[in-house]
Amino acid sequence: MKYPLTIAAIALAALMPPAEAAALRESGDPLDSARWSEMQKAFLAGAPVLFDPRVKVIAPSTAENPMQVPVTVDATALPGVAEVVVFADFNPIVQVLRFFPEDAPAFLGFRVKLQQSTPVRAAVRTADGVWHVGGTWVNTVGGGCTAPSAAGGSKEWQQRLNEVSGRQWSEGPNAGRLRMRIVHPMDTGLVAGTPAFFLEEINFADAAGKRLMRVQTYEPVSENPVFTLQRVSADGPVEATGRDNNGNAFTARIDQ
Amino acid sequence: MKRLLGVLLLLAASQLQAVDFDYRLSARPIAENVYAFIGKTEDFTTDNGGNIVNTAFIVAPQGVIVIDSGPSLRYGQQMRRAIAAVTAKPIALVINTHHHPDHFLGNQAFADLPIAALAETRDGIAADGNAFAENLYRMSGDWMKGTEVQLPGKTLSAGIVEVAGRRLRLVALDGHTGADLVVVDATSGVVFAGDLAFNGRAPTTPHADVAHWLKALDQLEALTREAGFNVLLPGHGAPSADAGPIRQTRAWLTWLSAAMRSAAKDGLDMNDVLARPLPAEFAGLPVAASEYRRSVGHLFPAAELQALGAKP
Repeated sequence: MKYPLTIAAIALAALMPPAEAAALRESGDPLDSARWSEMQKAFLAGAPVLFDPRVKVIAPSTAENPMQVPVTVDATALPGVAEVVVFADFNPIVQVLRFFPEDAPAFLGFRVKLQQSTPVRAAVRTADGVWHVGGTWVNTVGGGCTAPSAAGGSKEWQQRLNEVSGRQWSEGPNAGRLRMRIVHPMDTGLVAGTPAFFLEEINFADAAGKRLMRVQTYEPVSENPVFTLQRVSADGPVEATGRDNNGNAFTARIDQ
Repeated sequence: MKRLLGVLLLLAASQLQAVDFDYRLSARPIAENVYAFIGKTEDFTTDNGGNIVNTAFIVAPQGVIVIDSGPSLRYGQQMRRAIAAVTAKPIALVINTHHHPDHFLGNQAFADLPIAALAETRDGIAADGNAFAENLYRMSGDWMKGTEVQLPGKTLSAGIVEVAGRRLRLVALDGHTGADLVVVDATSGVVFAGDLAFNGRAPTTPHADVAHWLKALDQLEALTREAGFNVLLPGHGAPSADAGPIRQTRAWLTWLSAAMRSAAKDGLDMNDVLARPLPAEFAGLPVAASEYRRSVGHLFPAAELQALGAKP
């Protein structure tokens, strides 16, 4: 597996700006995390891996609120993205989410709960089966996964569970953007007496029923998740459908 | 070898001296019989030990009135000694202006005396005090040694009170936190603004309600227009003979909340908002960049809710 990847890396490097090509590497975690080899085994087992600067993971270097750490994954510089898996090496629940861009570019913004300082990474599988990995360290005081959700303190969310609000932008600097918020406690199951209760799947489709993106979410996604997607063009309403691990389903239309 | 050892010992000694946990508090007179300890316009560090806050005292006819007790037990103890160096009068009352840790974690050094605050401030200290203290241990390190939460035992409410032979006007406002006490000492003309006003330092917003805060600033500014007004003591930054710190704080908050609203309306994600440059007006303000980043975390989600048409 090593040899063909090296060929691929050389070929890729030739097409990239020199600074990015210099950052391209097959081994040696650029984030220098003690858990990288475990992560690689768990998520990318057996497949060729390339640390690739074209996978951009944007997050604050210091998180003010460990319950709501904004993360933006932008893999739009890579052609042929089939799947993106996001994980945080040192979180008690490592896997954050997976997304499968179909008719929408490989771009997703969301927020995550972090328990301690950790790399946050995106591994992007392209059509040729190679995982392109990008990431960044986030420093945090922690407590994000074992602190109770705000919903735990009130009963109001039960009436508003899966309530969706959202908007699309068809003009201006963010034309094509879609933002959506869902009311959900996203309980991790790590707080005593509160079982895991979280959204598992969200699908975005255009007015013609064509799927833009499928997102699989896990416990570390923040309470009342907010997602940011980028469409090629904001053409008509988007239908968002999804469900949580208790089978509560939702369907919502997001207009412009 | 001996000489080398000697040099090493000297080096070690000088390092020890650098961390002697002495805040070097010196009482600065700001009006007749009114003194303040002016903190640095910085963030909490292991160098400043949390001395980033203004505390004050009034030497009243029958005793001393202390306003805010600082960020740690050590600060409170050193403050008490610094007060004793100015006056032999006993301390009659310690007031906490609001429930932020740099304003009440010195209370322990005054545990034998009456400590008072607004009811919501007492509740806030009871609910969040330990978490705040933990956070300051993390940021200020060993300066915090021994510091524990000491709840105010007395409850204050708005109105005129007489303490140690001095009439004080207590004005109960909110916006920086859920309860922000302003103390007006008519005798000296000093308005103790607490953290409703920042001077030459970006305001902090972890518990802010910006609309309420702006309203409170108008009321605070009205106090500076009253006859007899002399000095405004902000919670952070230099004392002022005019309403300058109020206008500065208002300008920052007005810009900040408008920036959050327009960012949310334009479809920005939180990371886009964090990446925005500060306007030239505020770029040079101490700790502006770090307070802006914090404030995005505190204030952007509400602006986002509104832009997405969600119920709050």
